[in-house]
Amino acid sequence: MAEVNVLEAIRETLDEALSEDDRVFIIGEDVEAGGVFRATDGLAKRHPGRVKDSPLAESSIIGISIGAAHYGMRPIAEIQFADFIHAGFDQLCSEASRWSYRTKGEQYLPMVVRTPWGGGVHGGQHHSQSIEAYYTHMPGIKVVAPSFPADYRSLLKASIADPNPVLFLEHKRTYRLVKQDVANAPAETSIGRARITRRGADLTMFAYGLMLHECLAASEELAGEGIECTVVDLLSLQPLDVETVLEAARMTGKVLVVHEDTLTGGFGGEIAALIAEHAFEYLDAPIRRLAAPDIPAMPYHHAMEAFFMPDKQKIAAAARDLAAY
Amino acid sequence: MGGYVGRRPARHAFDLRGRVSAMTTEERRQLSDAPVPNYHLSERQLERMYYYMRLSRSLNERMMALQRQGRAAFVIAGAGQEAAQVGAAMALRPGVDWLAPYYRDLGMNIVLGMTAREAMLNELAKADDPNSFGRQMPAHWGSVSRKIVTQSSVVATQLLHATGIALGAKMRNDPIVVLTCCGEGSTSRGDFHEALNFAAIHKLPVIFYVQNNGYAISEPTVKEMPVEHVADRGQAYGIRGQVVDGMDVVAVYQTLRPAVELTRRGNGPFLIEAKCYRLWAHSSDDDDTRYRPRKELEEWALKDPVVVFRQRLLEDGMFAEEELAEIDELVTQEVRDAVEWAQQMPDPKPEDALGYVYREVQ
Ligand SMILES: Cc1ncc(C[n+]2csc(CCOP(=O)(O)OP(=O)(O)O)c2C)c(N)n1
Ligand SMILES: [Mg+2]
Repeated sequence: MAEVNVLEAIRETLDEALSEDDRVFIIGEDVEAGGVFRATDGLAKRHPGRVKDSPLAESSIIGISIGAAHYGMRPIAEIQFADFIHAGFDQLCSEASRWSYRTKGEQYLPMVVRTPWGGGVHGGQHHSQSIEAYYTHMPGIKVVAPSFPADYRSLLKASIADPNPVLFLEHKRTYRLVKQDVANAPAETSIGRARITRRGADLTMFAYGLMLHECLAASEELAGEGIECTVVDLLSLQPLDVETVLEAARMTGKVLVVHEDTLTGGFGGEIAALIAEHAFEYLDAPIRRLAAPDIPAMPYHHAMEAFFMPDKQKIAAAARDLAAY
Repeated sequence: MGGYVGRRPARHAFDLRGRVSAMTTEERRQLSDAPVPNYHLSERQLERMYYYMRLSRSLNERMMALQRQGRAAFVIAGAGQEAAQVGAAMALRPGVDWLAPYYRDLGMNIVLGMTAREAMLNELAKADDPNSFGRQMPAHWGSVSRKIVTQSSVVATQLLHATGIALGAKMRNDPIVVLTCCGEGSTSRGDFHEALNFAAIHKLPVIFYVQNNGYAISEPTVKEMPVEHVADRGQAYGIRGQVVDGMDVVAVYQTLRPAVELTRRGNGPFLIEAKCYRLWAHSSDDDDTRYRPRKELEEWALKDPVVVFRQRLLEDGMFAEEELAEIDELVTQEVRDAVEWAQQMPDPKPEDALGYVYREVQ
């Protein structure tokens, strides 16, 4: 049984992409030495000149990737922590996302921005953030947030091949934590497809990243109590697999949306709105969102961090409530 | 053919003493060994220069008139910067070298092939505007065939795009040069500094070309930086900084041309500052009488680069009055035709607002 973790899946995929296409290169802080999470370990040596350390300047990492992609390269930018991408927001929002639109598709940007996101690693305010909602609000950029190694692999491959800017979110807590026997993993997926990971008649959970694993763990526990859950791994937030979202909501009539981003303006609101708009008649209970409280960012102390993040217990509790409605 | 190097200095001069030397002795030697040993201008080139400058100005004048008549919504122009733009763009190889321009660069676009008709399609946001098909404000350039990078309103972002193009070119051993432009006010932004730093570290084939027109909307240069010359900032990044009289098209060409060739040969980036002047208000929405002394404007108006160049061509005996008048007439006709033609071209349909958000995955 060949088990790989998330980090290995990412590293192998990058290695393959560098081998297969000489337009592909990696740019980011510390990437030549392997990066702080070691996602690019060994790649600089195997692909001389194609793994490039950048100065510590996020706007330039993204802006230069835009230029290189425009020229015809296939840059894969790494932003060391999603928390520091904000300095590159302007380049992503004002430039990358509109490149195709403002030229009616004549100019376009095949580029990927990879970045580790999410909490649960004692990273405090600036090493734990969820940034997806800023970018799902930005037509022109694709936002991908896988949960399992095999999906990291197929979606990273798809992101590199995609002619659009893709923000590829890697949940840092899962890097080494989540392993999968990739030989027996579900078939390769593509950007824009969600997956129903578990089927149960009582309620439907929607999640991505670390929270997907917490939802699966909670469902396991709930099954012992006779509550059967459907769990949807969203995988791709923009474009979103609306069809699967609605189908999964209709299957049970009870919906729990989970994310570790703060509640207000979080991506869960979009899922809730879509279901309310298009599957209202199927609902047997109000849509429930479980998210982090509306405080600016994740606190450092482990007790406060745990308080901030949804987890298996909180999910199970919310699900029991919902099932009993 | 006897080259024209300008037989007298332009009639106004900036104090350029103490500038960072743009070239090392070794680089000077390299250039003199090169197949293009000097950068003298032929009569044909001088004629083109005048034509491009005249066309750029006349187009801007007509655009402003259309705006005043309510037939165009907005104009942002390059008046006063024609010499800086035309002289620089003529140092490039059209279709080979890349340009990441800024909004005032009509003159550069013209040199690289934009026609008067296309400029008017752009001004009127017509469906066939080749820059953005009416999706962006006027003067937000972009052309695949001319290697002009699509440009937004956000100032200085394009300097990083230019740097990225230069990085790609260097990785592919592609002997191109990227010219990228901005105003002096825009050099206060982080992207300017990040771009210079990166380009210098990797010795990339990019020229940062700052058109210092004295103002960033209402803010004079002293409010943007405590140093006198933007070019001096290059020193901090290990980039050669050079100041050129941006009102003198010949001086601009003769500064840019060797810089372009040196950069093409892998000698690394340049930061070139063209001292020029914004002869008009910031845009059609701006009232510059609120902040700009009339006297200053009047003084600079005497140095109008289009007028000065015309006079110089005559005084130096390069062209006869009739020859230049013929060019003026040609430009007048061309602009008139462009306006008439563009005005009856179709507008975008409302629903043309949709589409091309993503490129289809092949
Ligand atoms: C990032 C950003 N901030 C503010 C503006 C609004 N704005 C447009 S042009 C301009 C002044 C630019 O001055 P300068 O760089 O000197 O260029 P100039 O217009 O003088 O040619 C400002 C503030 C903008 N377009 N982008
Ligand atoms: Mg200015």
